[in-house]
Amino acid sequence: MIEARRISKRFGDFVALDDVTVDVPTGSLTALLGPSGSGKSTLLRVIAGLERPDSGSVLLDGDDVTLRPPQKRGVGFVFQHYAAFKHMTVWDNIAFGLTIRRTPRATVRDRVTELLELVQLSGLAKRYPAQLSGGQRQRMGLARALAVDPKVLLLDEPFGALDARVRKELRLWLRRLHDETHTTTVIVTHDQEEAMEVADRVVVLNGGHVEQVAAPRDLYDKPANEFVMSFVGPVNRMGDAFIRPHDVEVLLEPNGSTQEAMVERLVHLGFEVRVELVRDDGEQLSAQVTREQAEALELERGQIVYVRPTRQTVFSS
Amino acid sequence: MSRLALRFASLGYLAVLLLAPVGFVFYRAFEHGFWPAWHAVTAPDALHALKLTLVVALIAVVANTIFGILCALAIVRYRPPGFGIVNALVDLPLALSPVVVGLSLLLLYGRGGWLAGHNILFATPGIVLATIFVSLPFVVREVVPVLREVGIDQEQAASTLGASGMQTFLRVTWPAIRWAVAYGVVLTTARALGEFGAVRVVSGNIAGRTETLTLYVQNQYEEFNAAGAYAASVVLALIAVATLLLMSRLRPKEETR
Amino acid sequence: MAASPQAAVALPRARLSGGAGLAVGVSTAYLSVVVLLPLAALVWATHAHGSWQAVTSKQSIAALKLTLLASFAVAVVQAIAGTAVAWTLVRDSFPGQGAVNAVIDFPFALPTIVTSVTLLALYGPRSPVGIDAAFTRWAIVLALLFVTLPFVVRTVQPVLIELDQEMEEAAASLGASSLTTFRRVVLPNLLPAVLSGVALAFARAVGEFGSVVLVSGNLPFKTEVASVYIFGRIESGDAAGAAAVSVVLLAISFAVLLGIGAFRRRVTRHDV
Repeated sequence: MIEARRISKRFGDFVALDDVTVDVPTGSLTALLGPSGSGKSTLLRVIAGLERPDSGSVLLDGDDVTLRPPQKRGVGFVFQHYAAFKHMTVWDNIAFGLTIRRTPRATVRDRVTELLELVQLSGLAKRYPAQLSGGQRQRMGLARALAVDPKVLLLDEPFGALDARVRKELRLWLRRLHDETHTTTVIVTHDQEEAMEVADRVVVLNGGHVEQVAAPRDLYDKPANEFVMSFVGPVNRMGDAFIRPHDVEVLLEPNGSTQEAMVERLVHLGFEVRVELVRDDGEQLSAQVTREQAEALELERGQIVYVRPTRQTVFSS
Repeated sequence: MSRLALRFASLGYLAVLLLAPVGFVFYRAFEHGFWPAWHAVTAPDALHALKLTLVVALIAVVANTIFGILCALAIVRYRPPGFGIVNALVDLPLALSPVVVGLSLLLLYGRGGWLAGHNILFATPGIVLATIFVSLPFVVREVVPVLREVGIDQEQAASTLGASGMQTFLRVTWPAIRWAVAYGVVLTTARALGEFGAVRVVSGNIAGRTETLTLYVQNQYEEFNAAGAYAASVVLALIAVATLLLMSRLRPKEETR
Repeated sequence: MAASPQAAVALPRARLSGGAGLAVGVSTAYLSVVVLLPLAALVWATHAHGSWQAVTSKQSIAALKLTLLASFAVAVVQAIAGTAVAWTLVRDSFPGQGAVNAVIDFPFALPTIVTSVTLLALYGPRSPVGIDAAFTRWAIVLALLFVTLPFVVRTVQPVLIELDQEMEEAAASLGASSLTTFRRVVLPNLLPAVLSGVALAFARAVGEFGSVVLVSGNLPFKTEVASVYIFGRIESGDAAGAAAVSVVLLAISFAVLLGIGAFRRRVTRHDV
């Protein structure tokens, strides 16, 4: 269990965290999600002891570790740009935490061998980081952090520097890894899809504040406010109401509550079709329909259609 | 066409300014064969000068290397408030006249100075202090950019894995900066062996006692013993050539890191 | 999350860890004893002896004037020649280029007094090529050119290597002649490096002693540079008189370093 209590941290004039309180339950995989500058990485680094907060406290399994240096917190930290020890082989990188604890050689050998298998780098133990791909380096970084059996695993945008395909693979792999090990894990990301896919709890941060803490599904269906609604997915605005594109119904005939709009552009995304529309009051609107629906409606550019929300959210201010 | 012209102009400039004079000194030194030159550099005063030069250089290099590593760490990693001044002061010896360095030491340790009467001047300690002053910046200046380049990630990774400050330095920081340190040591050594002006002022220039090899060259030349001056010059020039070879061997290693 | 009513407790500012404290403490103390204390003694002695007016003696003014003039001339020559040499080393290719590249640092590695002896051997009284520049202002310029050679070359070289050749190709594709490309595209990019190299060379030239002392002849009002003048004052027991001119050289060194620092900060602003 990680408890971050009333953490504040500023860098010069910039307020990175403003009185933030977050709990991470034991065994969970929690994502800290937010745009850049939201304070998510700072919070993670405060938990790890790499950054010292101006005020507040951090508890790991009930111990107050606020003033404890990172060496003595028992956390595993994975860096966005890998922080691989460039002058050491993959083997020595993973063994680092064990060797500085003067672990017996045989134990080190067994543990590193086991971890190499876990992260699928068995054949590459003698390589140097420069000879690995980005994805391999990050798997090495994970194995290195896991080697010392950390109480909590902290990942700072771990897949941010990788290309889209590798990122997706590693996400699934991380999720499976967590299901096996159940290590309490916190992952920082600015990618809502990544947070939704990998985490079982998501903490949304913005401007140094927590906006919402929820399971991925609730976050999407019951966003706490306008910021969360628009950050976790595409959104249309009609008056005070917010509507997801897939909650916009497109009809060929007017029907009491509908509004008139013109098709401006059709974007085919495999199974789905995004319809970019302009309403009669000049506002932009986008609707998401299946390919069958689009074909049935025989949509084309310049066509006049009638739209209505099937589901909308209004936030009381 | 213009490329060739530029090439010949550049190489011509180097030849007239550098290669011709240096080559000619070698010729002059061995003009009358090898043995006169050999006898000139193995004269007792010359040998003593060589020994003193090496001892002084060794002390200066060790002191400045330790200082250089600590100072670079302080500048790049810790940056306490007000440390910008230190950063600026480190470069000063590069731009300051050696004679001014010598005079400053003279005024500090000489008669009427704040630290007068410790037998520093006109003796080895004074020569060491002058040499340390002029060769101070090199290790710092080589290590600082490498520390910046390497970044702090690897050190933080080591600390999250449980490494103490010393373990992090020895296992992570040192391997990253060692070639820069080596390069800085070569530069420091070259500067320390060759220092003349500052040492000339503080040493008293007593043959057989406080005469370094560079002072020996000057004294021989001014006593119209050109053969001795040329022979000692050749020794120092050969050390310089060795320095160059080391520098060009170390530089590519530093760049591939 | 809702903040509880009472204010959060502020934590004490992080102190430097043991190793950091050691690094900061040792380097500050070392620098103070080795560099700062002697320089403070120099300034204090000048002040205590009230010898500021020694700067304005005819001889010291002449020495300072000659020093600045010669250093300026050397800086100008080095700006052009150093850039040309750097260009030849980076953009040209010919057999033996590696050796020429290594030789550039030779003046740095060679003790200055050996430079004096070396230059006199070829361009002195017994010159085999019939050029006797000894004891003239030409000899001073020659010695200063020798010792300041590496500065411009070594600051320009890395910039030239890094310089994106696509920029030059773009200029050429837009119809610029090679001279225009150099003037409008290459030179503005090299200029900061050239200027900081020139400034370092200038500072070095102003303070140079060893390479000049034998070749210049040290004739007051004619070939006596500031450092040699200071040395002469020290030798004749007038340390106070020497101190005043030394403070001037110290001030020039500081000014040049601060100038380079400020200039670099200004220039790096438009680096992406």
